[in-house]
Amino acid sequence: MGLESALPVDSVLSTQLNRVVNWARRSSVWPMPFATACCGIELMATACSRFDLARFGAEVMRFSPRQSDLLIVAGRVSVKTLPVLQRIYMQMVEPKWVISMGACASTGGVFDTYAVVQGVDQFIPVDIYVPGCPPRPEMLIEGIMAIQRIIDADNIPRDPEGKRLPLNIAVAPNYEPRPMPVPVTVGAS
Amino acid sequence: MAAAPKLDHPSLPLVKERFADVKFMATEFRGQTTLVVPAEKLHDVARFLRDDPRCQYNFLSDVTAVDYLDYPAPQPGRFAVIWNLVSHANDRRLRLKVFMNPTIDTTGIDADPALIVDSVTDLWPGAEWMEREVYDMYGIRFRNHPDLRRILTWKDFPAHPLRKDYPLRGRGEREHYQKLARDSA
Ligand code: SF4
Repeated sequence: MGLESALPVDSVLSTQLNRVVNWARRSSVWPMPFATACCGIELMATACSRFDLARFGAEVMRFSPRQSDLLIVAGRVSVKTLPVLQRIYMQMVEPKWVISMGACASTGGVFDTYAVVQGVDQFIPVDIYVPGCPPRPEMLIEGIMAIQRIIDADNIPRDPEGKRLPLNIAVAPNYEPRPMPVPVTVGAS
Repeated sequence: MAAAPKLDHPSLPLVKERFADVKFMATEFRGQTTLVVPAEKLHDVARFLRDDPRCQYNFLSDVTAVDYLDYPAPQPGRFAVIWNLVSHANDRRLRLKVFMNPTIDTTGIDADPALIVDSVTDLWPGAEWMEREVYDMYGIRFRNHPDLRRILTWKDFPAHPLRKDYPLRGRGEREHYQKLARDSA
Protein backbone atom coordinates (compact mmCIF):
# COMPACT_ATOMS: atom_id res chain seq x y z
CA MET A 1 0.00 0.00 0.00
CA GLY A 2 2.86 2.40 0.69
CA LEU A 3 6.41 2.52 -0.43
CA GLU A 4 6.70 -1.19 -1.20
CA SER A 5 4.12 -1.06 -3.99
CA ALA A 6 6.21 1.54 -5.83
CA LEU A 7 9.38 -0.56 -5.68
CA PRO A 8 10.43 -3.42 -7.95
CA VAL A 9 9.78 -6.79 -6.31
CA ASP A 10 13.32 -7.90 -5.45
CA SER A 11 15.00 -4.58 -4.84
CA VAL A 12 17.33 -3.56 -2.02
CA LEU A 13 17.24 -0.29 -0.13
CA SER A 14 20.27 1.01 1.68
CA THR A 15 20.05 3.31 4.69
CA GLN A 16 21.79 3.98 7.98
CA LEU A 17 21.18 1.52 10.78
CA ASN A 18 20.31 4.19 13.34
CA ARG A 19 17.75 5.63 10.95
CA VAL A 20 16.01 2.26 10.75
CA VAL A 21 16.18 1.89 14.53
CA ASN A 22 14.85 5.38 15.10
CA TRP A 23 12.11 4.82 12.56
CA ALA A 24 11.05 1.69 14.39
CA ARG A 25 11.17 3.36 17.77
CA ARG A 26 9.32 6.38 16.53
CA SER A 27 6.56 4.24 15.06
CA SER A 28 5.97 2.23 18.20
CA VAL A 29 5.97 4.57 21.18
CA TRP A 30 3.88 2.40 23.46
CA PRO A 31 2.32 4.38 26.30
CA MET A 32 1.99 3.36 29.90
CA PRO A 33 -1.17 5.18 31.01
CA PHE A 34 -0.90 6.50 34.56
CA ALA A 35 -4.39 7.95 34.56
CA THR A 36 -5.37 9.05 38.04
CA ALA A 37 -8.11 11.60 37.36
CA CYS A 38 -10.27 13.32 34.76
CA CYS A 39 -7.41 13.75 32.28
CA GLY A 40 -7.49 9.97 31.97
CA ILE A 41 -10.84 10.26 30.21
CA GLU A 42 -9.30 12.46 27.55
CA LEU A 43 -6.42 10.03 27.30
CA MET A 44 -8.96 7.28 26.56
CA ALA A 45 -10.62 9.49 23.96
CA THR A 46 -7.24 10.00 22.35
CA ALA A 47 -6.87 6.27 21.91
CA CYS A 48 -10.40 5.79 20.58
CA SER A 49 -11.53 5.92 17.00
CA ARG A 50 -12.31 9.62 16.72
CA PHE A 51 -8.74 10.70 17.39
CA ASP A 52 -7.13 7.31 16.79
CA LEU A 53 -3.73 7.33 18.38
CA ALA A 54 -2.99 4.25 16.28
CA ARG A 55 -2.14 6.58 13.40
CA PHE A 56 1.01 7.45 15.32
CA GLY A 57 1.90 3.93 16.34
CA ALA A 58 1.17 4.68 19.98
CA GLU A 59 -2.13 2.91 20.48
CA VAL A 60 -0.87 -0.12 22.36
CA MET A 61 -1.50 0.86 25.96
CA ARG A 62 0.77 -1.32 28.02
CA PHE A 63 -0.17 -1.79 31.63
CA SER A 64 3.19 -3.31 32.28
CA PRO A 65 5.85 -0.62 32.55
CA ARG A 66 8.49 -3.05 31.33
CA GLN A 67 6.88 -3.17 27.91
CA SER A 68 6.25 0.52 27.44
CA ASP A 69 8.29 3.48 26.27
CA LEU A 70 6.16 6.44 27.21
CA LEU A 71 4.79 7.24 30.64
CA ILE A 72 1.71 9.47 30.36
CA VAL A 73 0.94 10.98 33.76
CA ALA A 74 -2.67 12.01 33.29
CA GLY A 75 -4.23 13.57 36.36
CA ARG A 76 -3.31 14.69 39.82
CA VAL A 77 -0.89 12.60 41.78
CA SER A 78 -1.34 12.41 45.52
CA VAL A 79 1.65 12.11 47.75
CA LYS A 80 0.51 8.62 48.63
CA THR A 81 0.50 7.56 44.96
CA LEU A 82 3.84 9.15 44.23
CA PRO A 83 5.91 6.10 45.27
CA VAL A 84 3.85 4.03 42.83
CA LEU A 85 4.54 6.47 40.03
CA GLN A 86 8.25 6.50 40.82
CA ARG A 87 8.35 2.74 40.90
CA ILE A 88 6.63 2.50 37.54
CA TYR A 89 9.07 5.02 36.16
CA MET A 90 12.03 3.04 37.48
CA GLN A 91 10.71 -0.17 35.95
CA MET A 92 10.58 1.27 32.45
CA VAL A 93 13.59 0.62 30.25
CA GLU A 94 15.46 3.19 28.24
CA PRO A 95 14.79 4.88 25.92
CA LYS A 96 11.84 6.10 27.94
CA TRP A 97 9.79 9.25 27.75
CA VAL A 98 7.50 11.01 30.17
CA ILE A 99 4.54 13.20 29.30
CA SER A 100 2.98 15.26 32.05
CA MET A 101 -0.56 15.68 30.81
CA GLY A 102 -2.73 18.50 32.11
CA ALA A 103 -2.48 21.24 34.67
CA CYS A 104 -2.62 18.89 37.64
CA ALA A 105 0.23 16.61 36.67
CA SER A 106 2.37 19.57 35.66
CA THR A 107 1.69 21.97 38.54
CA GLY A 108 -0.87 20.52 40.93
CA GLY A 109 -3.56 22.62 39.26
CA VAL A 110 -6.23 23.95 41.55
CA PHE A 111 -5.47 21.25 44.12
CA ASP A 112 -3.01 23.21 46.19
CA THR A 113 -3.29 21.04 49.30
CA TYR A 114 -1.12 18.97 51.56
CA ALA A 115 -1.98 15.73 49.80
CA VAL A 116 -1.31 16.61 46.15
CA VAL A 117 2.07 16.71 44.44
CA GLN A 118 2.61 20.17 42.97
CA GLY A 119 4.03 18.98 39.66
CA VAL A 120 5.40 15.50 39.05
CA ASP A 121 8.54 17.04 37.59
CA GLN A 122 9.64 17.72 41.17
CA PHE A 123 10.08 14.00 41.66
CA ILE A 124 10.62 12.37 38.27
CA PRO A 125 12.13 13.72 35.03
CA VAL A 126 9.48 15.02 32.62
CA ASP A 127 10.04 15.41 28.88
CA ILE A 128 6.83 16.98 27.60
CA TYR A 129 4.32 19.19 29.37
CA VAL A 130 0.89 19.19 27.75
CA PRO A 131 -1.14 22.13 29.09
CA GLY A 132 -4.90 22.15 29.49
CA CYS A 133 -7.58 21.10 31.90
CA PRO A 134 -7.96 18.61 30.38
CA PRO A 135 -5.82 18.96 27.25
CA ARG A 136 -7.67 18.14 24.06
CA PRO A 137 -6.62 14.89 22.39
CA GLU A 138 -5.00 16.94 19.62
CA MET A 139 -2.71 18.47 22.22
CA LEU A 140 -1.71 15.11 23.62
CA ILE A 141 -1.05 13.85 20.10
CA GLU A 142 1.04 16.97 19.52
CA GLY A 143 3.06 16.01 22.58
CA ILE A 144 3.61 12.49 21.30
CA MET A 145 4.56 13.86 17.89
CA ALA A 146 7.12 16.12 19.55
CA ILE A 147 8.73 13.01 20.99
CA GLN A 148 8.59 11.33 17.60
CA ARG A 149 10.34 14.27 15.97
CA ILE A 150 13.10 14.11 18.59
CA ILE A 151 13.56 10.39 18.06
CA ASP A 152 13.54 10.78 14.29
CA ALA A 153 16.20 13.45 14.34
CA ASP A 154 18.28 11.40 16.79
CA ASN A 155 18.20 14.53 18.84
CA ILE A 156 18.14 13.31 22.42
CA PRO A 157 19.69 15.98 24.66
CA ARG A 158 22.60 14.78 26.80
CA ASP A 159 24.78 16.45 29.36
CA PRO A 160 28.60 16.52 28.89
CA GLU A 161 28.91 13.09 30.53
CA GLY A 162 26.49 11.56 28.05
CA LYS A 163 23.59 11.26 30.46
CA ARG A 164 20.16 11.94 29.11
CA LEU A 165 18.50 15.20 30.02
CA PRO A 166 14.77 15.73 30.16
CA LEU A 167 13.48 17.39 27.00
CA ASN A 168 11.49 20.03 28.93
CA ILE A 169 9.20 20.85 26.05
CA ALA A 170 5.91 22.59 26.77
CA VAL A 171 3.41 22.04 23.98
CA ALA A 172 1.56 25.13 22.78
CA PRO A 173 -2.13 24.98 21.88
CA ASN A 174 -2.52 23.81 18.30
CA TYR A 175 -6.12 24.79 17.65
CA GLU A 176 -8.16 27.98 17.50
CA PRO A 177 -11.02 28.15 19.95
CA ARG A 178 -14.30 28.81 18.17
CA PRO A 179 -16.26 31.94 19.11
CA MET A 180 -18.47 31.33 22.11
CA PRO A 181 -21.35 31.18 22.75
CA VAL A 182 -22.78 29.72 19.55
CA PRO A 183 -26.39 30.11 18.46
CA VAL A 184 -28.73 27.25 19.24
CA THR A 185 -29.45 25.28 16.11
CA VAL A 186 -31.58 22.41 17.41
CA GLY A 187 -35.10 22.80 16.10
CA ALA A 188 -34.20 25.67 13.80
CA SER A 189 -35.47 25.21 10.26
CA MET B 1 -33.32 34.54 64.22
CA ALA B 2 -33.56 30.83 63.72
CA ALA B 3 -36.75 29.07 64.71
CA ALA B 4 -36.65 27.06 67.91
CA PRO B 5 -35.89 23.39 67.25
CA LYS B 6 -38.92 21.11 67.01
CA LEU B 7 -37.91 18.17 69.17
CA ASP B 8 -40.67 15.79 68.16
CA HIS B 9 -38.50 12.89 67.04
CA PRO B 10 -40.27 9.72 68.24
CA SER B 11 -37.06 8.10 69.52
CA LEU B 12 -36.12 10.91 71.92
CA PRO B 13 -38.69 10.07 74.66
CA LEU B 14 -37.64 6.43 74.51
CA VAL B 15 -33.99 7.31 75.05
CA LYS B 16 -34.87 9.68 77.89
CA GLU B 17 -37.02 7.07 79.54
CA ARG B 18 -34.36 4.37 79.30
CA PHE B 19 -31.45 6.63 80.41
CA ALA B 20 -33.30 8.76 82.95
CA ASP B 21 -30.18 9.81 84.86
CA VAL B 22 -28.16 10.93 81.82
CA LYS B 23 -28.11 14.53 80.64
CA PHE B 24 -28.80 14.71 76.90
CA MET B 25 -29.07 17.64 74.58
CA ALA B 26 -30.87 17.67 71.24
CA THR B 27 -31.22 19.91 68.22
CA GLU B 28 -33.28 19.80 65.08
CA PHE B 29 -32.80 21.39 61.69
CA ARG B 30 -35.25 20.99 58.83
CA GLY B 31 -36.71 17.83 60.28
CA GLN B 32 -33.36 16.24 61.06
CA THR B 33 -32.78 15.57 64.71
CA THR B 34 -29.44 15.29 66.50
CA LEU B 35 -29.04 13.84 69.96
CA VAL B 36 -25.97 14.98 71.87
CA VAL B 37 -24.74 12.18 74.11
CA PRO B 38 -22.05 12.19 76.83
CA ALA B 39 -19.04 10.30 75.52
CA GLU B 40 -19.10 7.58 78.17
CA LYS B 41 -22.76 6.74 77.42
CA LEU B 42 -22.41 6.62 73.64
CA HIS B 43 -22.05 2.88 73.34
CA ASP B 44 -25.00 2.13 75.63
CA VAL B 45 -27.26 4.57 73.81
CA ALA B 46 -26.21 3.18 70.43
CA ARG B 47 -26.89 -0.37 71.56
CA PHE B 48 -30.30 0.66 72.90
CA LEU B 49 -31.21 2.41 69.66
CA ARG B 50 -30.19 -0.61 67.64
CA ASP B 51 -31.84 -3.28 69.78
CA ASP B 52 -34.99 -1.67 71.14
CA PRO B 53 -37.96 -2.96 69.09
CA ARG B 54 -39.46 0.56 68.94
CA CYS B 55 -36.24 2.08 67.56
CA GLN B 56 -34.56 -0.57 65.38
CA TYR B 57 -31.76 1.59 64.01
CA ASN B 58 -30.32 -1.36 62.16
CA PHE B 59 -28.09 0.63 59.79
CA LEU B 60 -25.21 2.98 60.50
CA SER B 61 -24.92 5.15 57.43
CA ASP B 62 -21.94 7.25 58.48
CA VAL B 63 -19.45 8.08 61.18
CA THR B 64 -17.77 11.41 60.80
CA ALA B 65 -16.41 14.29 62.85
CA VAL B 66 -16.24 18.08 62.96
CA ASP B 67 -13.60 20.43 64.29
CA TYR B 68 -15.33 23.54 65.70
CA LEU B 69 -12.16 25.60 66.10
CA ASP B 70 -13.05 29.27 65.41
CA TYR B 71 -16.67 28.34 64.77
CA PRO B 72 -18.80 31.50 64.88
CA ALA B 73 -21.34 30.13 67.38
CA PRO B 74 -20.14 28.69 70.71
CA GLN B 75 -20.22 24.89 70.85
CA PRO B 76 -20.02 22.49 73.81
CA GLY B 77 -16.63 21.23 72.68
CA ARG B 78 -13.86 21.63 70.14
CA PHE B 79 -14.43 18.30 68.37
CA ALA B 80 -17.65 16.44 67.66
CA VAL B 81 -18.00 12.87 66.43
CA ILE B 82 -21.25 12.14 64.63
CA TRP B 83 -23.03 8.86 64.00
CA ASN B 84 -25.82 8.80 61.41
CA LEU B 85 -28.31 6.06 62.23
CA VAL B 86 -31.01 4.76 59.91
CA SER B 87 -33.94 2.53 60.79
CA HIS B 88 -35.14 0.72 57.70
CA ALA B 89 -38.14 -0.71 59.55
CA ASN B 90 -39.41 2.72 60.66
CA ASP B 91 -37.96 4.74 57.79
CA ARG B 92 -36.34 7.08 60.27
CA ARG B 93 -32.99 8.73 60.82
CA LEU B 94 -31.25 9.96 63.96
CA ARG B 95 -27.87 11.56 64.48
CA LEU B 96 -25.82 10.97 67.59
CA LYS B 97 -23.18 13.50 68.48
CA VAL B 98 -20.42 13.43 71.08
CA PHE B 99 -18.47 16.58 71.91
CA MET B 100 -14.96 16.43 73.29
CA ASN B 101 -12.20 18.85 74.18
CA PRO B 102 -8.51 18.17 73.61
CA THR B 103 -6.21 18.29 76.62
CA ILE B 104 -2.89 18.38 74.76
CA ASP B 105 -1.52 20.35 71.83
CA THR B 106 -3.57 19.50 68.75
CA THR B 107 -0.79 20.07 66.22
CA GLY B 108 0.90 16.78 67.07
CA ILE B 109 -0.19 13.18 66.71
CA ASP B 110 0.26 12.02 70.30
CA ALA B 111 -2.66 10.11 71.77
CA ASP B 112 -4.88 12.51 73.70
CA PRO B 113 -6.60 10.81 76.67
CA ALA B 114 -9.62 13.11 76.19
CA LEU B 115 -10.11 12.43 72.50
CA ILE B 116 -11.39 8.90 72.76
CA VAL B 117 -14.82 7.33 72.48
CA ASP B 118 -16.12 3.77 72.36
CA SER B 119 -16.06 2.08 68.98
CA VAL B 120 -19.39 0.84 67.65
CA THR B 121 -17.86 -1.77 65.36
CA ASP B 122 -19.33 -4.50 67.59
CA LEU B 123 -22.83 -3.13 66.89
CA TRP B 124 -22.44 -2.17 63.23
CA PRO B 125 -19.36 -3.83 61.66
CA GLY B 126 -19.49 -1.24 58.86
CA ALA B 127 -18.21 1.36 61.29
CA GLU B 128 -14.70 -0.02 61.05
CA TRP B 129 -13.35 1.96 58.11
CA MET B 130 -15.32 5.09 58.95
CA GLU B 131 -13.86 5.15 62.44
CA ARG B 132 -10.43 4.67 60.93
CA GLU B 133 -11.07 7.70 58.74
CA VAL B 134 -12.12 9.82 61.73
CA TYR B 135 -8.99 8.71 63.53
CA ASP B 136 -6.82 9.49 60.51
CA MET B 137 -8.29 12.91 59.84
CA TYR B 138 -8.98 14.17 63.40
CA GLY B 139 -6.86 12.06 65.72
CA ILE B 140 -9.91 10.91 67.69
CA ARG B 141 -9.34 7.37 68.87
CA PHE B 142 -11.91 4.61 69.27
CA ARG B 143 -11.77 2.25 72.21
CA ASN B 144 -12.03 -1.47 71.30
CA HIS B 145 -11.64 -0.83 67.60
CA PRO B 146 -10.22 -4.04 66.05
CA ASP B 147 -7.69 -2.36 63.74
CA LEU B 148 -7.24 1.36 64.36
CA ARG B 149 -4.75 2.38 61.66
CA ARG B 150 -4.69 5.36 59.33
CA ILE B 151 -6.76 4.70 56.24
CA LEU B 152 -6.28 7.60 53.79
CA THR B 153 -2.92 9.13 54.59
CA TRP B 154 0.11 6.93 54.91
CA LYS B 155 1.48 5.29 58.02
CA ASP B 156 4.03 7.90 59.05
CA PHE B 157 1.94 10.95 58.24
CA PRO B 158 2.89 13.46 60.95
CA ALA B 159 -0.49 15.18 61.48
CA HIS B 160 -4.25 14.84 61.46
CA PRO B 161 -5.05 16.94 58.42
CA LEU B 162 -8.73 17.83 58.88
CA ARG B 163 -8.04 19.58 62.16
CA LYS B 164 -8.57 23.27 61.54
CA ASP B 165 -5.19 24.21 62.93
CA TYR B 166 -3.47 22.14 60.24
CA PRO B 167 -2.42 24.37 57.32
CA LEU B 168 -4.10 23.59 53.99
CA ARG B 169 -0.78 23.28 52.21
CA GLY B 170 0.60 21.00 54.88
CA ARG B 171 3.82 21.22 56.78
CA GLY B 172 6.11 20.07 54.01
CA GLU B 173 4.76 16.54 53.60
CA ARG B 174 4.27 17.01 49.87
CA GLU B 175 7.72 18.49 49.24
CA HIS B 176 9.95 16.15 51.20
CA TYR B 177 10.13 13.09 49.10
CA GLN B 178 12.81 11.18 47.29
CA LYS B 179 13.56 12.71 43.89
CA LEU B 180 14.29 10.48 40.91
CA ALA B 181 16.73 11.40 38.19
CA ARG B 182 16.91 9.67 34.86
CA ASP B 183 19.67 7.33 35.96
CA SER B 184 18.45 6.43 39.42
CA ALA B 185 16.77 3.30 38.07
S1 SF4 C 1 -5.82 19.02 34.64
FE1 SF4 C 1 -8.04 19.25 34.81
S2 SF4 C 1 -8.86 17.48 33.66
FE2 SF4 C 1 -6.71 17.05 34.14
S3 SF4 C 1 -6.74 15.91 36.06
FE3 SF4 C 1 -6.49 18.07 36.56
S4 SF4 C 1 -8.57 18.80 36.94
FE4 SF4 C 1 -8.73 16.88 35.83
